[in-house]
Amino acid sequence: MDAFSTLTSNAVPFARDNIDTDQILPARYLARPRNDNHGEYLFRDLRQTADFPLNRPEWQAARIVLGGRNFACGSSRENAVWALYDHGVRAVIAPSYGDIFATNSVKNGLLPVVLPEAVVQSLIAATEADPNAQITVDLPSQTVTGPDGAVHHFDIDPFNKRCLLEALDELAFTLTHAEDIAAFERRIGRENF
Amino acid sequence: MTAETMFEKIWNRHRVLEREDGQTLLYVDRHLVHDGSAPAFEMLRDRGLKPRAPERIFATPDHYVPTDTRDVAAIENDEYRGMVESLEQNAAEGGFSLFGLKDGRQGIVHVVGPETGLTQPGMLLVCGDSHTSTHGALGALAFGIGMTEVAHVLGSQTLWQRKPKTLRITVDGTLAPGVTAKDVILHIIASIGAAGATGHVIEYAGSAIRGLSMEGRLTLCNMSIEAGGRAGMVAPDETSFAYLQGREYAPKGADWDRAVERWRALASDADAVFDREVVLDGHAIAPMVTWGNSPEDALPVDAMLPDPEAAPDPARRTAMQAAFAYMGLTPGTALTSLGVDRVFIGSCTNGRIEDMRAAAAIARGRRVAEGVTAWVVPGSAPVKRQAEAEGLDQIFLAAGFEWREAGCSMCLGTNGEIGTPGQRIAATSNRNFRGRQGPGVRTHLMSPAMAAAAAVAGHITDIRGLEG
Repeated sequence: MDAFSTLTSNAVPFARDNIDTDQILPARYLARPRNDNHGEYLFRDLRQTADFPLNRPEWQAARIVLGGRNFACGSSRENAVWALYDHGVRAVIAPSYGDIFATNSVKNGLLPVVLPEAVVQSLIAATEADPNAQITVDLPSQTVTGPDGAVHHFDIDPFNKRCLLEALDELAFTLTHAEDIAAFERRIGRENF
Repeated sequence: MTAETMFEKIWNRHRVLEREDGQTLLYVDRHLVHDGSAPAFEMLRDRGLKPRAPERIFATPDHYVPTDTRDVAAIENDEYRGMVESLEQNAAEGGFSLFGLKDGRQGIVHVVGPETGLTQPGMLLVCGDSHTSTHGALGALAFGIGMTEVAHVLGSQTLWQRKPKTLRITVDGTLAPGVTAKDVILHIIASIGAAGATGHVIEYAGSAIRGLSMEGRLTLCNMSIEAGGRAGMVAPDETSFAYLQGREYAPKGADWDRAVERWRALASDADAVFDREVVLDGHAIAPMVTWGNSPEDALPVDAMLPDPEAAPDPARRTAMQAAFAYMGLTPGTALTSLGVDRVFIGSCTNGRIEDMRAAAAIARGRRVAEGVTAWVVPGSAPVKRQAEAEGLDQIFLAAGFEWREAGCSMCLGTNGEIGTPGQRIAATSNRNFRGRQGPGVRTHLMSPAMAAAAAVAGHITDIRGLEG
């Protein structure tokens, strides 16, 4: 995964609420190895519909996704993140997410930005009016700048921010605390609950 | 001492360390692994690491196993067979327990955990599957994680977490005849929405919940994730202890007595404060059926389908129109007018012995309707054996149902067991997402008895007209 700092791109809108990870990556591709290009499987079934946003030429290379409420709810499949990432997407902007998807995203260099629904709606409207409208997502300053120049601040967990900025290897980081873990294990003994 | 919720008690006992930025490193007591976990072992291997605590890891294949054979070599599809074989290899290399396809304990991981006694009150349990919320029914803190997190737990036996919020859902009153835990959870999701519990751990409370069997509580907690919940829990009580006692991995003798004493103290303190509270009337819940492509799209079985045009919110209107088109529905018609092509009874939601009994009670002396294919897929090998010992398999077979081997099967079809485009399926599983049971397939979620009723009637049916 690449470190995330700042990104300017047009955005592809998937405005519907409750888009689940089964849509983002249909289950029949779950057995594919990580080094497969999962971008091939992104929204594979919904793409069969001609007017699906991803089929619009201007939106095919968009690196930002605009989502509805509860974006990527459902299954814990990290493959849904891999599909977005391999397709070239590096940031999602939505009012809310499935919790597991948001966690998986951060561990793969995909930034899940939470903004108020009205702001996301305005970005979707701007994008639908001009498919090439540029949006900037800046992680260090925690801001999204819309095509109209309006700047929107977003909150992010400080640890998640660091993981994304540094492309931190979380397991290697945790293992620097190996002595704390071993001490915990000695303390709990048999009664581990 | 400050009053604590059950969730807080378990959370606090599993803290290895806390960072100033609000992240907590939690220790994992039990790590359940299934046959979809191969990429996590790859991640570990790439670092030259081995599982840190193999004695805390238990595995069983469920997602990719066929339900017509127990022979791994007989799996024709290379990808599916590869997933099952790689789990066997990873268990052998990692030195952890595997309940393989021919082991009498194999089954869906969320059926196997409680059934073997691996899931116990007060534990922190994780698994790379969103329905890990199931295990909270025993008073454990259990949640689903992604593949990178699975690798993290394998390598460190810990996870970084930010403390979630708490939500107590109280359901009081006596459930009406024909109303099951499945109907309760579908009613809850319809009430609070598919994102109603996002960011929260749910504790289910109230007399209607206390009155549920252990199997019912497992069904309830299983679908917490369909309301967006991080986890779902029920305080352990006599029902939980009676269920656990004597199971293979449950404590024995004096250890058991000490464990029960500890477990009794887990319940939320009387004056504990939850971030949110929802109160629902159990007596008002009817048998439920979903009509759309989100589990929140659920209605009482005797309801008429809504009219998308009447939805005041334009976004909701568009979503409903899309669901109606995909599901082939006509506004204003009765749910019970919908004919079904297939029936699927099983899954980590409703694949337990009580579910088999409820479905068999409807199937007994009846016949699957002409043109309907109905499958019963036990949630585990022990469920299958128990059902056969009770003669349930014979009831199903005599009625024209197929009686199959244990696995996830048609819940998500990762093993290739899917419907064909346009088929309408009455399913006891947990997700009615577009394409969940195969491209173009239309899924309606309901309880096992309701699914069996749909099989024999050939259309969605109100169980209350068939029982008794």
